Amino acid sequence: MKKSEQVAGNVASYIDDRTGAAGWAKKNLTKVFPDHWSFMLGEIALYSFVILLLSGTFLTFWFDPSQQEVVYNGTYAPLSHVTMSASYASTLHISFDVRGGLLMRQIHHWAALIFMAAIVVHLLRVFFTGAFRKPREANWLIGIGLLTLGIVEGFLGYSLPDDLLSGTGIRIAEAIIQAIPVVGSYLAFFAFGGAFPGHVFIPRIYIVHVLLLPGIFLALITVHLMLVWYQKHTQYPGPGRKETNVVGYPLMPVYMAKAGGFFFIVFGVTAFLGAVASINPIWLYGPYTPGQISAGSQPDWYMGWLDGLVRMAPPLETHAFGHTISWNILIPGLIIPGILFTGMALYPFIESWISGDKNEHHLLDRPRNVPNRTALGAMSLSFMLISLINGGNDVIATHFHLTINGIMWFTRFGLFIVPPIVFIITKRICLSLQRADREIVLHGRETGRLVMTPAGEFLEVHEELTPEQKWTLTQHAQPAALALPSEDAHGTRSKSAGIKGKLRARMSEANASQVAAPTAEQAKELEGGHH
Amino acid sequence: MSKEIDSLSGVERFEDPGLPEHKHRKSDSDAIAANRAERQVAILFLLSALGTVGTIASYIFIDTKKFIYLPILGDTNAAQLALGTGLAASLFFIGIAAVHWAKTLMPDEEVIAERHEFRSSDEDRSDFVKTVKERAGAAGLGRRSLIKRSMGVALGLVGLSPLVLLRDLGPLPKKELSTTNWASGVRLVTDPGGQPIKGTDLEIGSVAQVLPQLPEGTERSLENIGKDAVLLIRIRPEEFNLNAERLSWTYNGIIAFSKICSHMGCAVALYEQQTKHLLCPCHQSTFDVTRAAKVIFGPAARPLPQLAIGVDSEGYLVAKQAFTEPVGPSFWERNSA
Ligand code: HEM
Ligand code: FES
Repeated sequence: MKKSEQVAGNVASYIDDRTGAAGWAKKNLTKVFPDHWSFMLGEIALYSFVILLLSGTFLTFWFDPSQQEVVYNGTYAPLSHVTMSASYASTLHISFDVRGGLLMRQIHHWAALIFMAAIVVHLLRVFFTGAFRKPREANWLIGIGLLTLGIVEGFLGYSLPDDLLSGTGIRIAEAIIQAIPVVGSYLAFFAFGGAFPGHVFIPRIYIVHVLLLPGIFLALITVHLMLVWYQKHTQYPGPGRKETNVVGYPLMPVYMAKAGGFFFIVFGVTAFLGAVASINPIWLYGPYTPGQISAGSQPDWYMGWLDGLVRMAPPLETHAFGHTISWNILIPGLIIPGILFTGMALYPFIESWISGDKNEHHLLDRPRNVPNRTALGAMSLSFMLISLINGGNDVIATHFHLTINGIMWFTRFGLFIVPPIVFIITKRICLSLQRADREIVLHGRETGRLVMTPAGEFLEVHEELTPEQKWTLTQHAQPAALALPSEDAHGTRSKSAGIKGKLRARMSEANASQVAAPTAEQAKELEGGHH
Repeated sequence: MSKEIDSLSGVERFEDPGLPEHKHRKSDSDAIAANRAERQVAILFLLSALGTVGTIASYIFIDTKKFIYLPILGDTNAAQLALGTGLAASLFFIGIAAVHWAKTLMPDEEVIAERHEFRSSDEDRSDFVKTVKERAGAAGLGRRSLIKRSMGVALGLVGLSPLVLLRDLGPLPKKELSTTNWASGVRLVTDPGGQPIKGTDLEIGSVAQVLPQLPEGTERSLENIGKDAVLLIRIRPEEFNLNAERLSWTYNGIIAFSKICSHMGCAVALYEQQTKHLLCPCHQSTFDVTRAAKVIFGPAARPLPQLAIGVDSEGYLVAKQAFTEPVGPSFWERNSA
């Protein structure tokens, strides 16, 4: 026995003597994890969260979350003797006088951007492959929760330094709160401890940023991972991969080494970005005061779509009976995001209601095989993208020599016109990909090689797919349409009748109209005639 | 699983050929290849160690105030850069080493684990459902409607106490959102500087930010600036396109607007001299100065409130009256009659 094996064995015995965990631990150390690059997206999100915890804790040692006014006399000469809040001054101190301080600030901010990007791309992966289906609906909901809280946490984070840019962001947040009908002004005064900007907002969001939300994140992430562990990972379809098994690498040592190594890679890349790529240089913006603004105010990218919606909103307000309702703020700032996020959260339930599918699913979908879902996802993405474009309209206008006016009208119309078109095109693409799959399963892959038959004809050689490839392309179930609700024998309508039932039948019919996957029978029939 | 919803069920499908045979790596059989992989992993770990050494060395040797010029990056703090790249290398290479190790030297054979449907067996399940029903019944909520209702009342009300406890988060808004420090006779003073200005101090085509002069000894707070900030713009008087009342609010070609955007409260800071437009950089609401800050573009729904100005006996610019409407973003109680 090698020395290292002996040590590992002793550790295992030591633990078991004290916990009796041998049975449980043995099972879990050999737990199987399927391998695919897209399964690393969630990991990136997890690791950036850990990086945020570490770098954020570092920042708390010097950051002073206070709006008391101080006169700056630190290293950064251009702001010498300027009156500013203590939080801005301490962020300058971290940036210029704490060794590694700027590095940590930049790592923290880059990690926040990567965190949000990883969550979004991870969510798209889960959506387009149908990983949210039963039994994983709870994890989908947790994911939506993490996304929403992530946006809030990021916003609160970059509001902390109290520079001219972030103060402007807070001003806008205040205006959204203030716009809520009936209670808005009260909520705003409670949040800010009086009139904007007041002296309590930054201390308050600080404790939310460093304690409350990270605590909730930690709890949600723990449950998220426990569910992944317990329900086992989904896997992509392929030879040998079934609904009833998991094919992959055992936790110890392969997955541990890869996942652990990947943490260091993510941390290393983030640290490199923090070292070379300047982000949020708050000293250039100056301290916040409500009477000034820095031109080209841009929020972080994950807020950009919201900003874009606000920018393109038509100037609508209702004035009646001595009251004002600001539709130009409520619709883009609260109503549309509310609808989008509620829709996202409910999607798994809507889909299973339409399909009537109550089965467990552990094999992932190839997006082309679920055209309507894929098209809906692409459509929603295009909606977000157009909003995001308008969120950067000033930057885009100056870079590409366009007018802001032009971009705004383009996006105002585009928001309604482009998504449906994207839906139709995506669906078409999915169906043609299905057709192409069917074609190569039945007729083989075109090789481009021509042969001459004895009769002098030229034929292209088709290469038959391997059984593995054929299986991968044809293994998926195709949904059958649900029957239209009908009247039962007594002439009374069954429960599922009515508009809801019809709608459901229509939609399930739309889901069922697909290119039929080829069957082995059809392949055999072709054998006779074709070759 | 059991009840597949599939239009193809029943037809003969292609067969699952099962997991493809495992292909061994070179390092699995070839000792030389395995040793090479081992050396590679070791080198990667050593690169990480080098990174840490570099981090510590740059901490000791590089002056924190030293800036160097680099292509693309521009002026960069040398200490910060060296610390960061050292740290990045020390982390990154640990990761690459571990992954390379796993890929070349750890077993790479895929294994299969069985998965079982989560649903329990039918007996277990019906037992469970029965138990839950029984237990729920044992509480007797269905029968004891008095308890049910009173519990509803209690649970409904218990959430109210925190609302009361949170009451002191802030004062009530009262009239705060509708009032500013501008009033009849209050002088306009420059910001920054705090100097009163004469009607003649401002040249045609220029802009100035002003605040109301506060009584001696009062501190100006950010809350005040957030409501009081005003922009003065001077154009040729004949360029105004105003009704008689609004024209009388101007003085000698000088017109004054609240600088706080009527959309969401940003500072409306950009003035285009040629077009005489004021632009808010937040969402690009654009206001026409000649027509009393009428909104000509963007999401703002109302013009910027105009402040009536004139001069006092000494020739200094003063407000002739308070704002006639609340400044800044809308709110429920705002009366825009
Ligand atoms: C999901 C988690 C988090 C996100 C998305 C996030 C995001 C951010 C962002 C974008 C900033 C602005 C950085 C800048 O450019 O100055 C920030 C600042 C800050 N964060 Fe976080 N953060 C997270 C978690 C944490 C945690 C766990 C802590 C502490 C335990 C923390 C402590 C701080 C501090 C002290 C600042 C202000 C200091 C400064 O800006 O220099 N953060 N955060
Ligand atoms: S705050 Fe001025 S346009 Fe929105």
